[in-house]
Amino acid sequence: MTFRDAVREGIRDAMRKDVRVFLMGEDVGHYGGCFAVSKGLLAEFGPERIRDTPLMESAFVGAGIGAALGGMKPIVEIMTCNFSLLALDQIMNTAATLLHMSGGQFNVPLVIRMATGGGKQLAAQHSHSLEGWYAHIPGIKVLTPATLEDGYGMLTSALNDPDPVLIFENQTLYNMEGEALVSPGAVDIAKARVRREGKDVCVLTHGASLHKSLEAAAVLEKEGIGAEVVDLRVLRPLDDATIMASVAKTHRVLIVDEGWRSGGISAEISARIMEQAFYELDKPVARVCSAEVPMPYAKHLETAALPQVESIVAAIKQLVLGHG
Amino acid sequence: MAEFVMPNLGADMEAGTLVKWHIKSGDAVRRGDVIAEVDTEKGIIDIECFETGVIDQIKIEPGAKIPVGTVMAVIRGAEEAPAPAKPVAAPEPAAPTKAPHVHASPLAKKIAAELGVDLTKLTGSGPGGLIDREDVEHAAAPKKAPTPVEAVRVKVSPLARRLAAERGINLASISPGPSGIIEQADIERAAAPSKPEPAPAAKSGDGMRRAIAAAMAKSNREIPHYYLQTRIDMSAALKWLEAENAKRSIKDRLLPAVLLLKAVAKALGDVPALNGFWIDNEHRVSPAIHLGFAISMKGGGLVAPAIHNVGEMSCDEIMAALRDLIPRARAGRLRSSEMTDSTLTVTSLGDLGVESVFGVIYPPQVALVGFGKIIEQPWAKDGMLGVHPIMTASLAADHRATDGHTGAQFLDVLNQHFQTPEAL
Amino acid sequence: MAKNIRMNAPLPDHDRARRLLHTMVLIRRFEEKCVELYSASKIRGFMHLYIGEEAVATGVIEQLQPDDAIVATYREHGQALVKGMSAGSIMAEMYGKVEGCARGRGGSMHLFDAKTRFCGGNAIVGGGLPLAVGLALADKMQNRKRVTACFFGEGAVAEGEFHEAMNLAALWQLPVLFLCENNLYAMGTALRLTESVTDIAKKGAAYNVESAAVDGMDLLAVSEAAAKAVAHVREGRPYLLECRTYRFRAHSMFDAELYRSKDEVTEWKKRDPITLFFEAMKAASVLSDADFEAVEKEVAKEVDDAVAFAEAGTWEPVSDLTRFVYSEGQRP
Repeated sequence: MTFRDAVREGIRDAMRKDVRVFLMGEDVGHYGGCFAVSKGLLAEFGPERIRDTPLMESAFVGAGIGAALGGMKPIVEIMTCNFSLLALDQIMNTAATLLHMSGGQFNVPLVIRMATGGGKQLAAQHSHSLEGWYAHIPGIKVLTPATLEDGYGMLTSALNDPDPVLIFENQTLYNMEGEALVSPGAVDIAKARVRREGKDVCVLTHGASLHKSLEAAAVLEKEGIGAEVVDLRVLRPLDDATIMASVAKTHRVLIVDEGWRSGGISAEISARIMEQAFYELDKPVARVCSAEVPMPYAKHLETAALPQVESIVAAIKQLVLGHG
Repeated sequence: MAEFVMPNLGADMEAGTLVKWHIKSGDAVRRGDVIAEVDTEKGIIDIECFETGVIDQIKIEPGAKIPVGTVMAVIRGAEEAPAPAKPVAAPEPAAPTKAPHVHASPLAKKIAAELGVDLTKLTGSGPGGLIDREDVEHAAAPKKAPTPVEAVRVKVSPLARRLAAERGINLASISPGPSGIIEQADIERAAAPSKPEPAPAAKSGDGMRRAIAAAMAKSNREIPHYYLQTRIDMSAALKWLEAENAKRSIKDRLLPAVLLLKAVAKALGDVPALNGFWIDNEHRVSPAIHLGFAISMKGGGLVAPAIHNVGEMSCDEIMAALRDLIPRARAGRLRSSEMTDSTLTVTSLGDLGVESVFGVIYPPQVALVGFGKIIEQPWAKDGMLGVHPIMTASLAADHRATDGHTGAQFLDVLNQHFQTPEAL
Repeated sequence: MAKNIRMNAPLPDHDRARRLLHTMVLIRRFEEKCVELYSASKIRGFMHLYIGEEAVATGVIEQLQPDDAIVATYREHGQALVKGMSAGSIMAEMYGKVEGCARGRGGSMHLFDAKTRFCGGNAIVGGGLPLAVGLALADKMQNRKRVTACFFGEGAVAEGEFHEAMNLAALWQLPVLFLCENNLYAMGTALRLTESVTDIAKKGAAYNVESAAVDGMDLLAVSEAAAKAVAHVREGRPYLLECRTYRFRAHSMFDAELYRSKDEVTEWKKRDPITLFFEAMKAASVLSDADFEAVEKEVAKEVDDAVAFAEAGTWEPVSDLTRFVYSEGQRP
């Protein structure tokens, strides 16, 4: 079973259980989904519930908000987060504000899924990682599933949530193989999770970088360095308690984020550590982020721009041993 | 009577200039009538009134720029009697119903409000006479001394600093690892029973003993000490002290230690090379003089907490600092800055009858000044032999940082300061 | 510009005429009071007045059912009043009081009321159109025969969302009434300076959306056109109705109106929708001067009561500041 299958099963099961759930977005029906996530769903549910939309991100996201207000449970797929900027007004000015602006009267139970991340030589306009950016906005929740269990379960939990939830699926994860889920269901969408225990340093990360960080931790274990890897899972609201517990345990912190460093989620996490766990730090907080460039096409340049196992290993060695 | 005021047409409107009245005194007006034109940042806007009645008084003349809310005219109901006439405001002074405008930065306004500074009394030093933050702070604390320059900081990780404080470890006694920064491991090494250290025969399990052991072992191991000593005639100093104390009540009297500290601070001002640190194979002179004063503890051991900026303190202030510090040191309630900031240590063992001191420098400091007991001795002065109170002052200094020449200069000026106590 | 109201619309009976007059006068006097309170700093933020455009909301909303929804823009006091929201809750909202229709979190531009399905003034021009399409989609998917009326100015027509929403509503055959209040100025920029085709009703054809334009100063014409439009929408198809109107007041409070001449405003004021309607009704002996006076009296009391309600209102405790960022308790 792949991550793609897990997300598809999440959508399928939700639609079977609740007639209010429907999927809309560009190429979700006849094409089968840009990343083949919704392949086969049109045949099962028909065009009323698997709705191909024109290329109008603002309108179909806005329509999703309206449908949610009207009692439906829409899953809106924005092909990639790069195009979500065309719908940013609807997400930020309407979905995120409506409940508060209406004094608690109009909540928006909307789920927006989008692919995120680089690494496939798609160049500057198709490789953004904007999940940290969206995490800036109060009123929405931001999820970054990185396991099959979360790929299925976060969608289920998001549909149960009364407020707008954005799910960022890293496009490099869709082919990731894993054990078939035994009894898939809703998962917690408030907590980070320690994916690997360690005593020397904690690595705070999410999405595709989780797997790179786990790989780095395995390399370092052979050299006697114990890296704890925390999967943040939820970028808004951040689970401060789990983060600070890991900081207090290891006293050294590396944040790995595919977003840019300046003003990114890594900066926010670092600031919170200063606020809440300063006296636990034995080293300055370190970060491995994407290079501050529009993503280049050429493979070697793209590789250099993104966090990689090697750069994570080097950053951890610098933290723990004082040299790379 | 109803007031017709300069309306507030938006969050960005603070004032308006009356361009023209459409009415005159005695005219009848109806709710909704446009009765004035007002010029704003956005252009001229028609202003309507919200009352029906008769214009009783006009208070503002065209040309006046007035803040929002200022009364421009009074409207009386059709049946009301006119109010006694009052002079009409001329355009220039423009009815200052609100505080006069001050040209100050937003930050300056905020700070002024916090500090209770009246901005209208200040002259701004910024561009175009703008009152800025510094102007306000200067006005709020005109006599405040300039902030003393910080001593060269030993870099310590937040965790290490917390652990040291919790365990009563003097960070000055800790040597950093390869990073040059004191970290958790360095604290734990210092706090751990010093297995590999060829430490003094201290079996005491307490952290302080271990910390002293570690620091002194490190000092002896790493610092190439050189020692100098000189004998100082304390006649003038003691005489001055006696006279000073005669003026004071018992509780305000000065101890000789005050003079010692003051003279050392003065001498360091003259010979600053001894005041500072040896860190990362580098001699770092500290611009501030924070003297560590060795205080022996009742249960054994000693601490040398810093008295900050001794050079800038009066004798009474030093005395007060000592009175505050000694009991706190003995109760183990020192502040972390006192544990780490010393730039030179002074140790006086005269009370115990010792004649002279050969000290061990506290790393990363580069010198230690020791004082022995003041003993009456035969002393020749101006060709006359007499009995004088004599004290031996000694210097232990780090040969990596300074040479004997510097040390000798220091002891020489130290002696001179004791001969002119009134200048202390 | 015909000065008199068209008389080919069916004549209303006395009760309906009086009700319509009352509605328009209520909007007018309520907003005049708002100007006064704004000038006295009781109301803050941006405030946009509907004065001059009263016939549009009054005529259109008369044709809606109580469970039809409205999505409006920031110039929405009129629609909110006509849809049945209380003047007191609107005034309290503008005061920023917790008794306001959005607990003082929205202000003049963001009036909300779930009970009357008033889904907000959206202050992003064009932002409400997709929302209305989605509400209609939900109705269609749940087999409900409700109408969603979306009010927007002619300025929104320049936004991409207008075209996206029209296309999607037509493509999916959704029950949306697109109601364009063309008052000729997008803030301070004239329609002729922003649109290559200034005849907005014509734009419906590009999306296969049935469209019409109507004199927005003529209450009965608006009402008649709206009746036709709403009937069409209730059958499950979108409709674009352009109401040609004019605002007598500035765009918002702090506006020197440099972009239009006083003569132009004076000329339009001769076609004041309240006067036009009342004079026509009087000429047809449907209403009398006594009716007008009685309406004025009733409205004056309603406005006074609204102000008293707002004045007596309370401030939401600051400790509630972060409430409603997320829902409190799960929805079933």
